[in-house]
Order: sequence, then C-alpha cells, then structure tokens
Amino acid sequence: MKKVKVYVTLRESVLDPQGSAVMGSLHKMGYDEVQDVRIGKYLELVIGDSERDVDALVDELCNRLLANTVIEDYRYEIEEVVSQ
Amino acid sequence: MKFAVIVFPGSNCDLDMYHAIKDELGEEAEYVWHDTHDLSGYDGILLPGGFSYGDYLRAGAIARFSGVMDEVRKAAEAGKPVLGICNGFQILTEAGLLPGMLMRNKNLKFTCGTVSLKVENAHTLFTNEYEEGEEIRIPVAHGEGNYYCDDATYQHLKDNNQIVFTYAEDFNGSRNNIAGIINERGNVLGMMPHPERAVSDLIGGTDGLPLFRSIVKQWRESHVSHA
Repeated sequence: MKKVKVYVTLRESVLDPQGSAVMGSLHKMGYDEVQDVRIGKYLELVIGDSERDVDALVDELCNRLLANTVIEDYRYEIEEVVSQ
Repeated sequence: MKFAVIVFPGSNCDLDMYHAIKDELGEEAEYVWHDTHDLSGYDGILLPGGFSYGDYLRAGAIARFSGVMDEVRKAAEAGKPVLGICNGFQILTEAGLLPGMLMRNKNLKFTCGTVSLKVENAHTLFTNEYEEGEEIRIPVAHGEGNYYCDDATYQHLKDNNQIVFTYAEDFNGSRNNIAGIINERGNVLGMMPHPERAVSDLIGGTDGLPLFRSIVKQWRESHVSHA
C-alpha cells in the first residue's frame, strides 16, 4: 500500500486572483517581505497493491482528473505505508 | 426539433432551459439524466447551468466523466448542435470539446446581473438570427467564468472566428472579454451568460430567444430536403 501526496498548483503563467488577495492581506498586516502567494490544492491518495507502475498510474490520474493541465501543474510524493 | 436537457446532480438551470425550449420556442424538450447512454433520439443537446457535483475539484471536472458525456461527444462528432451554458460551458472545456478553461472570476466574487454582450460571429448555427456586432442584454450568474487560454489557442480561436460572444466591457477577467466560443466545426457552443433566462419580456428581456431560434432554423433548413 502506498500513500501518494499530490500537490496541484496554478501554472506560473496563470494569474492567481486568490493568491493575490491573500498577499494583499498579508501586506496590510505588515508582512512586506512576502513577495508572492500562490494557492493550490493538496490531495492524499491511498493506493492499494497493484501490478501497475505507481508513477504511471498517478500521472494518469493527475492528467485525466486531478489537475487541469491547461492551467495547472502537479507534483507528487509517494510514501510506503506499512500495514499494521 | 427535439432537444435533450442533460441533468447532472447539481444542475439548477435545467428547468429554465426546458421552459425556454418548450414554452417560449414551442419545440420538444426532455430532461435526460446524466447516466443515460443513448442520445440518438435527440436533434440538439443542451448542457444547462448549475453546480454539477458541487463544483468539487474544479467546476465541471467530475460531470465530464458522467456516462452521458460519451454520448454528448458522439453527438458533437455527428455534427448535432451542442450548447453548454455556464456550468455546461465548464463541462465542455473540461471534456476537451472546447479549448481553454474557466477560472475563478478576477474579483473573486460570484457575480449576478445582466450584461451587454457583443455578437462577434453571426454566421454560426447558434447566432444566425443576430446581426454581426449586435449588442444584446443577457443575464449572467457565475463565480468561475474567467475564460483562460494560452496565446496559441487564442490566436487559433481568432483566426477561425471561434469567438462568438464577448462582454462589452471587462466583466470577470476573461481573456479579451471572451463570453462564448464555438468549436472549429461550428456545432458546439459554450457560453457563460444565460440566454435561456432572456426569453420573455415578463422576466426582463428576449435577447436570448434568437439564439434558440437560430438552432431551430438551421436544423429545419438542413432537414427540409429529407421531408
């Protein structure tokens, strides 16, 4: 069993209005050192044992549903889960 | 002409769409549940607005994998008119039937009201009853209607006259004020504004009616020879 942590973020070339609003708020609070805020999504998947290559599988899941690659990028980390 | 109004869990403009077709246009309409696997009996497919699957993950992302969407794709490939309004537009972009993507509005607000649209292309099967360049007043209600596409896609849309409606002024941050686009073949239209809510003077205007009349007119013309 594996735990996959997927991070979906807006592409650099795409404006992030939510991130800009949060950055504006941080600046108002006095945190002027914050230069950029980008908001994304974090997903955790638990993948059961499978004969499929887990990287190929996760790429497929991301490309087909979890991210819209027109505006989003994704990256992921895989952890082994030791069953109790 | 017989229209299918596709109903997803969370659709909420399906009744308006049905009313526009049945009562104002006088054509046939039927509600079709999202797990239907046969749309062969319908001449036109309508994807209504709403919040299918709660807009979870991304607007339209989950509805795009509904059973009926393979049939919608087939209908599009067969050249039948497919119209996606608001959430329907979002589903069509997620399904790859139209290019680009609808993002959160620039001002982060769900915006509801009536806007002026410019008819950029009056030579489509959806707009032949409008004048090119005509300004029409159509209701809008969305939080994620900010149309995005990359430069190459935009150029392609422009070169092929695929931009059908634009907002008369910047409304939600959409690229070049795009409000509605059509596919290359010219039979799949997606738009954020709601023409089905502008079909009677009682509810504030009839500027949406010509869109539906255009579809029927085109259909009658192409089917009259078979009669």
